Amino acid sequence: MPSLAGLFFWMNVKLENIKKLDVSKSLKLDCGKTISNFPLAYETYGKLNENKDNAILVFHALTGDQFVTGTNPITKKEGWWVTAVGPNKAIDTNKYFVICANVIGGCMGSLGPKNINPDTKMPYGLDFPVITIKDMVRAQESLLEHLGIKKLLCATGGSMGGMQLLQFCATFPDKAFSAIPIACSSSHSAQNIALNELARQAIMADPVWDNGKYVSKNVQPKNGLAVARMVGHISYLSEKGMQEKFGRRLQEKADYEFSFNADFQVESYLRHQGYAFVERFDANSILYITRAMDYFDLSKQFKGGLVEAFKKQNTKFLVISFSSDWLYTTRENKDIVIALNASGADVSYSEIVTDKGHDSFLLNEPEFLKTLKGFVDSMYEKFKNEKRI
Amino acid sequence: MKKEFKVIADLLPVNIRVLDVGCGDGSLMNFLREQKNIEVRGLELSQDNVQQCIRKGLPVIQGNAETELHQFPDQSFDYVILSQTLQAFYEPEKVLKNLLRIGKSVIVSIPNFGYWKVRIKLLFFGEMPVTKTLPNTWYNTPNLHMCTIKDLFKFCDEKKINIKKVIGVNEDTTSLIKKSNLEVKNLFSKLGIFLIG
Repeated sequence: MPSLAGLFFWMNVKLENIKKLDVSKSLKLDCGKTISNFPLAYETYGKLNENKDNAILVFHALTGDQFVTGTNPITKKEGWWVTAVGPNKAIDTNKYFVICANVIGGCMGSLGPKNINPDTKMPYGLDFPVITIKDMVRAQESLLEHLGIKKLLCATGGSMGGMQLLQFCATFPDKAFSAIPIACSSSHSAQNIALNELARQAIMADPVWDNGKYVSKNVQPKNGLAVARMVGHISYLSEKGMQEKFGRRLQEKADYEFSFNADFQVESYLRHQGYAFVERFDANSILYITRAMDYFDLSKQFKGGLVEAFKKQNTKFLVISFSSDWLYTTRENKDIVIALNASGADVSYSEIVTDKGHDSFLLNEPEFLKTLKGFVDSMYEKFKNEKRI
Repeated sequence: MKKEFKVIADLLPVNIRVLDVGCGDGSLMNFLREQKNIEVRGLELSQDNVQQCIRKGLPVIQGNAETELHQFPDQSFDYVILSQTLQAFYEPEKVLKNLLRIGKSVIVSIPNFGYWKVRIKLLFFGEMPVTKTLPNTWYNTPNLHMCTIKDLFKFCDEKKINIKKVIGVNEDTTSLIKKSNLEVKNLFSKLGIFLIG
């Protein structure tokens, strides 16, 4: 295995070769600062048709990136939503043109804390401005402009991707014909914030983190970042799902070792997930993105609350939740449905019954994928007809 | 197309907003959308039916009418339809009140327990009736509160719910039900369709 520094170097070289839009117009962030001439990394799948009515924008979650399906050219692993997106999948790239951009604040090519600060010629680190979900979404609008898409057939995303989607619909009510927010919330709950704080504290407690200045030393606070990832992983599973997957089974041993090594399979799993993550993700990005999630409160942005946020909607919504998701619960998803209903929007809702927790939207859940496909395909027929008229 | 759906469609004006509570696979919603350009919404419990509606491009919310009607604002629909499900609720009165809150008018259809074949089954055979409109046996029926057309008439009177029109359906024939012919129609109608509110 290459050293971490070498790996970072290699990743940065690789990042030169991915699709990037140089956003020239300046973007005034919610925090008051302005960014301009910044890179927005993205990837597309399938072909945009002549009528430009088959475009689907996907928003990625906290640790996702623009590589939705196929092989991620940086990590060489499968794209994060390969179960749902691809040729002949629920979102069929033979038929649809799928777009996904790396969020600003991220670390897969879009402007983020490891980029060079033009003022200091050093990596930003904590000098990077605190961003919000709205900032992320507004940055991505430039991409649609660049691709020449006036109206998307559909926009979708799970978890933080769903939060971006809700923001996108509220900010640009005419940009999407249909929208599928999945396993998300219109504002971060106390529990969500607490879990994110746990992740941040783990990173900041790692001495290597050094107030975010580790980047210029070509190191990574990997112990802290790995723990942050472990916290996340626990929250993505359900109690029942975890019990079924691991139980009290031991990791390749007959009995307890009477030590603090990973005796249990669940420990080994968490350690593996945690330390695999540090190779592909930047610790400061986790701080910035989790902060953006915590600040997200759509009803706070609009006087009159969530109903007001959705007032101007012509978009057709399908909200999907998972019964065992305790991170973004069915109740939170239903609150979105209630608000959409109250504002008179066209909304469908389905709760998928599963033991797989929040992670369900990334897994091969047949009922979920069928619902997704049914909606997208029917919306395409409608959108085509509407355009013809 | 079921006769019942045809009767319901005939009761509705064009270009309105309708909520179909317990919309099943969306056949009625589809019919109303295509024939009358009605903006439809559905509420449905079964995952399978919800998927079928979504596939047809019909907006549907998965949920239980007994507990989840509160999410729809007051008078947010021109009409609310409840087709042959009133008898399956724990608290039909509460559901009905909610429907009247949500819709400016409400269409409720009920399988008529006063239909002569039902009465004969109980009177002469001493068994719970199993018919085309009541296909389940006593131990697996979802119907908790069976009633007759006359019962629902009385209920509306007592609760001061305005009855605009009642239609009896029997096979292919339909007839207007009024107080004057209630006894007869209660005997010969398989289905009662009430327009109230």
